Amino acid sequence: MAQAALKLDNVKKSFGDSQIINGVDLEVVKGERHAIIGPNGAGKSTLFHLISGLYEVTGGTIALNGSNITNMAPHKINRLGLARSFQITNIFPNMTVFQNVRCALLWNKGYKYSIWHLCDRLKKVNLRTEEILEKINLAPLAKEKAAVLTYADQRALEIGITIACGADIIMLDEPTAGMSNKETAKAVELIKSVTEGKTLLIVEHDMGVVFDLADRISVLVYGKILATGTPDAVRCDPKVQEAYLGKETVECSV
Amino acid sequence: MMENNTMENPKLSVGQVSQSQSMLPYFVKTGGLFLAAVFVAAILPKIFDSRFALSMFNQMGIAIIFALSYNMLLGQGGLLSFGHAVFYGLGGFGAVHVMGMVNNGDLALWTEFLPLAGGLFSMLLGFIFGFISTRRAATPFALITMGIGELLLASSLLLPTFFGGEEGISGDRMTGITLTSFKFAQSIEVYYLILFWMFVCVIAMYLLTKTPLGQMANAVRDNHQRAQFIGYDPHKVRTFQFTLAAFFAGIAGGLFALNYEMVTAENLGMVPSADILMMTVIGGITYFFGPILGAIFITFLQMVVSNVTHAWMLYFGLLFIGMVVWAPDGLAGLIMRHQPIWKANRMKRILPAYGLALAPALLLFLGVIILVEINFHISLSIDPEAPLSIMGISFRAQSFPPWAMGFTLVGVGYFLFRKAGRKVSRAWNTVMAEIKQEGV
Repeated sequence: MAQAALKLDNVKKSFGDSQIINGVDLEVVKGERHAIIGPNGAGKSTLFHLISGLYEVTGGTIALNGSNITNMAPHKINRLGLARSFQITNIFPNMTVFQNVRCALLWNKGYKYSIWHLCDRLKKVNLRTEEILEKINLAPLAKEKAAVLTYADQRALEIGITIACGADIIMLDEPTAGMSNKETAKAVELIKSVTEGKTLLIVEHDMGVVFDLADRISVLVYGKILATGTPDAVRCDPKVQEAYLGKETVECSV
Repeated sequence: MMENNTMENPKLSVGQVSQSQSMLPYFVKTGGLFLAAVFVAAILPKIFDSRFALSMFNQMGIAIIFALSYNMLLGQGGLLSFGHAVFYGLGGFGAVHVMGMVNNGDLALWTEFLPLAGGLFSMLLGFIFGFISTRRAATPFALITMGIGELLLASSLLLPTFFGGEEGISGDRMTGITLTSFKFAQSIEVYYLILFWMFVCVIAMYLLTKTPLGQMANAVRDNHQRAQFIGYDPHKVRTFQFTLAAFFAGIAGGLFALNYEMVTAENLGMVPSADILMMTVIGGITYFFGPILGAIFITFLQMVVSNVTHAWMLYFGLLFIGMVVWAPDGLAGLIMRHQPIWKANRMKRILPAYGLALAPALLLFLGVIILVEINFHISLSIDPEAPLSIMGISFRAQSFPPWAMGFTLVGVGYFLFRKAGRKVSRAWNTVMAEIKQEGV
């Protein structure tokens, strides 16, 4: 087995008295596409916030490529090679689409807080920005303000910003939420193409998307991982069927 | 010049992002505009050569730097500061003390570089105060800047050697050590120095908006949470932006010290802080050039209208409220809103409607002036019984006709203005629809 890109060890999180995450152990293997599924309120987004540093954990440890990142500031975790998107569209609304993506490249390309470079003159950065815009199909809208994009385009931009950071580990929080079927199919293609050769951790409600994308799936229920395995194994797990997939009997091919 | 957010685009047309304009006209246009501004500014004191005009131009130049530096916080960083004059005042004190040292022979520094000394002094303190106040944006930031302003105002009495107590610190700008042949005995020489620093600062602040820090300041303004997830620490971005804003405010303060040869603690208090906020907002914070317009316009009003009437602050307040309510993008926003119409060559289609609205607007305005002046005269003048004179017409403020006249003008003006307003918006909508249809 390859080295774990992301390893959670007995991670806990409580808000006041209510415990949202009850000791999660999770290992995401380098290069795999790993999906987290679970009913509403299971703590999927909270888990994402804990891994990416937005929330502080109450207990347990999180390791990124073997180094401890527990309770580190989000920007430091990002610099170590982990980028994430958000369930609610989280972009820079008053900047252009082009600027949105370019900003995400700046730190990774080493420009930090520079006041002696002009962004328009950074050829490599601008070329890379254009490449990413091509990839997420927003090149024709490069000059538009991000705020005026359609919902689906904003979701695509959200992914664009996430991948622009140059991180090896990409975390996507419900990338297809609120999309039509057609848009979802496009989004899945997009996710597949942009995460080529990277590690992907994805939260998703749409089972079609999950089974299409994921190499492995973890099921999170009441703040605990119920099962982890290949899509087929998870689908056939009686515990999972009972807790999540519902009463409808799922045909198992295994 | 152009909008903060989209101004870089014309240059990125290198790749697939196809643009309608190519690079050359863009540079010619902005460069041409800039050269024209330099030319106008250079000959301005030759055209208006009165003492009053010159002191106004000097104040305008200083205000332009100060307002643009304020917009580095408000417009570009989303940081509403209630104490930006702290760095204006401190820059002034820094410069005036250095001036004193030069005069005492403790230090040899060209007079032309005194503003820079003020800037560096403010920058140092700006870094310290910025680090403290920018941990959080929005309300906590606004309150902390207010607190720092009050703190410094209070400490001005505790540290008389630095702040000079109530009478402030005065200096003599004719140190005899200059780089150029200027002696700075006359205001006109100070004018050209202000002009030089103003253009340097405007260019520097404009270019700063295009640097990685400037871009990230916009990003943090828009969404500080997301900025963290692309590798940036919002606190650091804000601290650096704040430090640079303090630097430019300090240069403005240093020029103030040179111009007036005197700085008091009032220069770093709440009043100039509020003034610069209003100036910047009236000019418009979403466009880089907005604060320049605000600084020119408000300085003009401040100096001209305050000579004519005591109720000047009241008019200023009305103007500010009106702008915030009806034109939140400021003067710059009002102008830029016409850009598509201008480009489509359709200004002549809406100008008649504007002309129609102008007359009732003037009536309304006149009514307001009459009522305000009557009230001010009755309650605040030394002898309320003395006749009041507005635009050359003298009358008794207590008599009935002027009151009736005021209310009638306001009523009729308002009614007609509303009607004309509808016409304007109709004309506007038609023209915009046409432009959209043609896809200009």
